[in-house]
Amino acid sequence: MAHDTATHDSGSAKKRIWNVFIILSVLTIVEVIFGYIRPRFFVETTFINTSILNWLFIILTIFKAYYITWAFMHMEHETKGLRRVVVWTAVFLICYLIAILLIEGGYIEEVYTGGHITWDF
Amino acid sequence: MDTTAVAKTGTEGKLWGGGKQPLKASYGKLMMWFFILSDALTFSGFLAAYGFSRFKFSTEWPIADEVFNHFPFLHGTDAPMFYVALMTFILIFSSVTMVLAVDAGHQMNKNKVVTYMALTILGGAIFLGSQAWEWSNFISGEYGAVETRSGKILQFANTEGERVALEDVATGEREGLRQQHTESEGLWYMDEKALPEFTLDQIKAGFAANEDLRIRTMKLDENGEKTILDRSTSLDYLNNRGIGIIEGANMTKNEYGAPLFADFFFFITGFHGFHVFSGVVILIIIFFNVLLGTYEKRGSYEMVEKVGLYWHFVDLVWVFVFTFFYLV
Repeated sequence: MAHDTATHDSGSAKKRIWNVFIILSVLTIVEVIFGYIRPRFFVETTFINTSILNWLFIILTIFKAYYITWAFMHMEHETKGLRRVVVWTAVFLICYLIAILLIEGGYIEEVYTGGHITWDF
Repeated sequence: MDTTAVAKTGTEGKLWGGGKQPLKASYGKLMMWFFILSDALTFSGFLAAYGFSRFKFSTEWPIADEVFNHFPFLHGTDAPMFYVALMTFILIFSSVTMVLAVDAGHQMNKNKVVTYMALTILGGAIFLGSQAWEWSNFISGEYGAVETRSGKILQFANTEGERVALEDVATGEREGLRQQHTESEGLWYMDEKALPEFTLDQIKAGFAANEDLRIRTMKLDENGEKTILDRSTSLDYLNNRGIGIIEGANMTKNEYGAPLFADFFFFITGFHGFHVFSGVVILIIIFFNVLLGTYEKRGSYEMVEKVGLYWHFVDLVWVFVFTFFYLV
């Protein structure tokens, strides 16, 4: 058990845990507030295919994912090799998958709504 | 010296030359990471498929705030996603207690590991119960809707655009078409789904009689709100397109809109719930091992760390499900 967390003094490890908890809570509260109010400006301004409100949610979610993985799952104490094996693989494949499926979904939506067949009768 | 060992390979100084542990992680932990990675890709597949369907039906997808707006003991109040936010907090907090248990394990503090693991199990159980409640609300529905020939949904609204429930539209009592066919009555191997409690004719008659009622279609306008038809178009849609009544949701029909929405909801939150459930089971097993002193004797609480990794992963997935199902 030569892990860094074991060599850290327990006080600083605990402090880190509670700090991360506060960060995660604040991010979630911000998400909920924005989701409840849905400010007109954020809903109406579009940036790369979706509203900036949605971008805000996605970015905050990625921040939360970062804190959970790095602090709670101790990714920050793993070796560079292990970190890259897990994180780069996931990030690369997920980005690829999402891009392919969403582009395709957008195209099908065009055909679905712009075609000569009505789907609503 | 082992006689079969190669004396010198010329790679002794190199990290990846063999005979070393370059990732400095035990076998069990490494395999847990590999499992988590593949499971993360599975969940990404589901969520990306959800995104695909949502993009396809982006002009008529249900609005999550209208679907998930219940809060326990606040019946009838419109509380969009507050309950889901609470569930998120419960899961995040159970992650905190889990990481505190791991930390206590590093200090070989058995009592603290026991306390924190018990709290984690409690959090997981509360989350599971909340999810069951969420499902039952979703399945039983709230306002009801009329199905059209093309499988679309027509909902009811008043002139202010507020939703109106089927029972406030229909004339007469809930009589239903006929008695529901169950296995206990008639042939034992044949039954059918619960029948709607109003007939379509009751709805049509009630709608024609009340001038204030409008039809609300699945179509979203440019502000992301559902379209409300004018009175004459409403009558036309209801009389010429309506074929039946839908109350609540199942795998093929739901009163909220696109059937795929319900399918993805059941599948993704169900698969996540299954992960939480198996997580709770594994936690309970490890919890008893801790109580029995297994890891105390072993001299290391690494098993708590491994189940912790799994538990945080479940939390991580929920963060994404929360965003893409309830917020975006």
